[in-house]
Amino acid sequence: MFGSLTDKLDSAFKHLRGKGILSEKNISDAMREVRQALLEADVNYKVAKNFVKAVTEKAVGIEVLKALDPSQQVIKVVHDELVTLLGTTAEPVAPIVKTPSVYMLCGLQGSGKTTLSGKLALDAKRKKKKPLLVAADIHRPAAVKQLKVLADSIQVEHFFVEGKQPPEICREAVKYAEKNFIDLVILDTAGRLHVDDELMEELEEIKALTKPDEILLVADAMTGQDAVNVAQSFHDRLGITGVVLSKLDGDARGGAALSIREVTGCPIKLASTGEKLSDLEIFHPERMATRILGMGDVLSLVEKAQEHIDIEQASKMQEKLLKSKFDFEDFLVQMEQLKKMGPLESLLGMIPGASKALKGVKIDERGMERMVAIIKSMTTKERQNPKLINGPRKKRIAAGSGNSVQAVNQLLKQFQQMQKMFGNFNKKKRRGIPGGMPRF
Amino acid sequence: MAFFDKLKKSLSKTKDNIFGKISDVVSRRKIDEELLEEIEEILIGADVGVQASMKLIETLRKKAREQKLTDGEDLINLLKEEISLILSREDSKLFSDGDTKPVIWLIIGVNGVGKTTTIGKLATQLSSEGKKVMIAACDTFRAAAIDQIAIWAERSNVDIIKSEIGADPASVAFDAASSAKARGVDILLIDTAGRLHTKDHLMEELIKIRRVVEKAAPDSTIYSKLIIDGSTGQNAIPQVKIFSEAVGCDGIIVTKLDGTAKGGVMIAVAEELGVPVDFIGIGEGVDDLQRFDAKQFSEALFS
Ligand SMILES: Nc1nc2c(ncn2[C@@H]2O[C@H](COP(=O)(O)OP(=O)(O)OP(=O)(O)O)[C@@H](O)[C@H]2O)c(=O)[nH]1
Ligand SMILES: Nc1nc2c(ncn2[C@@H]2O[C@H](COP(=O)(O)OP(=O)(O)OP(=O)(O)O)[C@@H](O)[C@H]2O)c(=O)[nH]1
Ligand SMILES: [Mg+2]
Ligand SMILES: [Mg+2]
Repeated sequence: MFGSLTDKLDSAFKHLRGKGILSEKNISDAMREVRQALLEADVNYKVAKNFVKAVTEKAVGIEVLKALDPSQQVIKVVHDELVTLLGTTAEPVAPIVKTPSVYMLCGLQGSGKTTLSGKLALDAKRKKKKPLLVAADIHRPAAVKQLKVLADSIQVEHFFVEGKQPPEICREAVKYAEKNFIDLVILDTAGRLHVDDELMEELEEIKALTKPDEILLVADAMTGQDAVNVAQSFHDRLGITGVVLSKLDGDARGGAALSIREVTGCPIKLASTGEKLSDLEIFHPERMATRILGMGDVLSLVEKAQEHIDIEQASKMQEKLLKSKFDFEDFLVQMEQLKKMGPLESLLGMIPGASKALKGVKIDERGMERMVAIIKSMTTKERQNPKLINGPRKKRIAAGSGNSVQAVNQLLKQFQQMQKMFGNFNKKKRRGIPGGMPRF
Repeated sequence: MAFFDKLKKSLSKTKDNIFGKISDVVSRRKIDEELLEEIEEILIGADVGVQASMKLIETLRKKAREQKLTDGEDLINLLKEEISLILSREDSKLFSDGDTKPVIWLIIGVNGVGKTTTIGKLATQLSSEGKKVMIAACDTFRAAAIDQIAIWAERSNVDIIKSEIGADPASVAFDAASSAKARGVDILLIDTAGRLHTKDHLMEELIKIRRVVEKAAPDSTIYSKLIIDGSTGQNAIPQVKIFSEAVGCDGIIVTKLDGTAKGGVMIAVAEELGVPVDFIGIGEGVDDLQRFDAKQFSEALFS
């Protein structure tokens, strides 16, 4: 699926290269593909329609530069427009200046509010602020306990009053916070349908009583066309101040982001990317645009990499990759660094084409340990020039690392595949796809 | 932002029912390409998806020509028929004659779709039909997941096998299957942790659960039931595909249809993957579960 829009546009423009100016006809062919890509990403059909119209106006009349292929130019216009609509720059949540600050979370059932409450509390704690997790869901079985378990797991205070209604609980929580030097009050409300009048009223009441600094709508990235209705209703009733997109660690293209942004005009502030409380990221419009268009989430990968990878070493690595001089020595270094970056499959998911290229290869965590052992049993020469590794050498390496010859063979094959994969990145980079190459 | 205002206005008109719009669109119109295109848009707006919508429109175009229809309103019945045909292509069978007790339902799906709640509803329904039901609390991962399912077991007054948070879910499943067999249980409902289909290690864990259950109760008939959130868009397709590949998928339960989303992606799923829908969830209460009826469902899409 990744990269398919690029391919389709390439074929839509096959005959156009170097022909002067993009005509309305050329553009309309291309825009049909763009529209389809947006719809497949679950962008609401009306949002998609308006978007295509706006982009068409910008694209008509573009001069086709001889050196560039027209699909790249159109993609750039589409991508840039998408970024603009998604918000251009990452917008952070309200800083905790006034104490206590109040964040109120709301959204449909199961969207990830309680989990996000924990994540926000952990984030506050890391910033040396004192959060309070308030259980305002008396509806779902064991919801209070769920928040309590999360609070305990990060040693954060939990607030609940048995027998009281949620608005009252929230009001008392803020009062408690004022007296107890709490910096941030996080209100975890129950999931509710946007058409449930009574429960929506409850949220209005909580808002009136606690005057939140942030009212965050938590929306599931897998949501379809209905995202517009949900977002609009919550916004109409509450005046939300921001949106958090959850479950972005999956493979949903997340067109709901664009839909929600368009109907509410509110910034998407955070991305929830896993079940662990540390899986919280700032939302990056640029990356989301790439993802909606089906071009992978390379930039997130880059950021993750930068957090954990020695920059100087990394730029040397890039040199090598570009020159295809990447050997087992480098591989070893990479493996050690990858290990620091977290679960592999979440990394691979971000690389366009990687999941396909590595299909069946399956680098599991234990497998990684094995690979490292095998590589460590190679001589420096062998690491630098894997072609040297013949039958007897394989046997030696296998014995030395406590593995079978088969395992050694498998690693050699995997290494080849990896080299091929990086080769593909390089090709894409040359073609100038926005965000097409990780800046390792 | 003018774009924003315009959009807001156009959306508020159709706030309540996306599909209902088809009735408005076809009224007093002749069948032509413009009309078909408008219907296609409405289908896409109901999460039916680009491919499946195009296919439906193609069928409409063909049938309208064959039957020499000209009146726009005739399209509604054609469309209803076609959708209900696609959705009933595979029979939803909850049990079959050859089943061996304890029948085991493995309840699976991505995070937060309503697995645990659905088990609560199923337990209640099945035991009210006189079946001896047992629940296995195999979500040992999420905070208070065990407490949540325990409350549902209590509400529906059925036995539950559970362990501690952090325990191996496969070993809980093993215990549950063994004791279901020993206690002469008719049906064992296994609650599993939510997992994204893209996470290989979690899918492996699910495969292991199934394998262990097969070992503990080798004669039992096992059904995998996939829960899909009714507001899910096109991602439902890879969900069904990948869960099926891992542990099979004998039926789907679509939840949260009490909202404004109507689960249109099920048409694409049925079309592409041929998995039947067994139930629909229409609320958070214990009785908010209905047997899926293709005809009723397609009617509801237009109401
Ligand atoms: N993979 C993944 N799972 C998530 C993420 N956020 C939440 N979850 C999971 O989604 C499920 C629902 O999350 P909750 O936090 O309970 O959702 P909620 O909105 O509080 O649910 P209700 O209170 O019932 O409305 C749980 O299984 C969470 O572990 C995320 O970013 N990625
Ligand atoms: N409106 C509505 N809400 C539902 C329905 N089914 C479940 N829910 C709600 O959705 C939320 C999540 O339900 P759970 O049963 O916890 O979902 P789950 O799939 O077990 O979640 P995880 O185990 O965390 O993956 C809860 O707030 C439920 O009350 C339904 O049919 N309609
Ligand atoms: Mg919750
Ligand atoms: Mg559950």
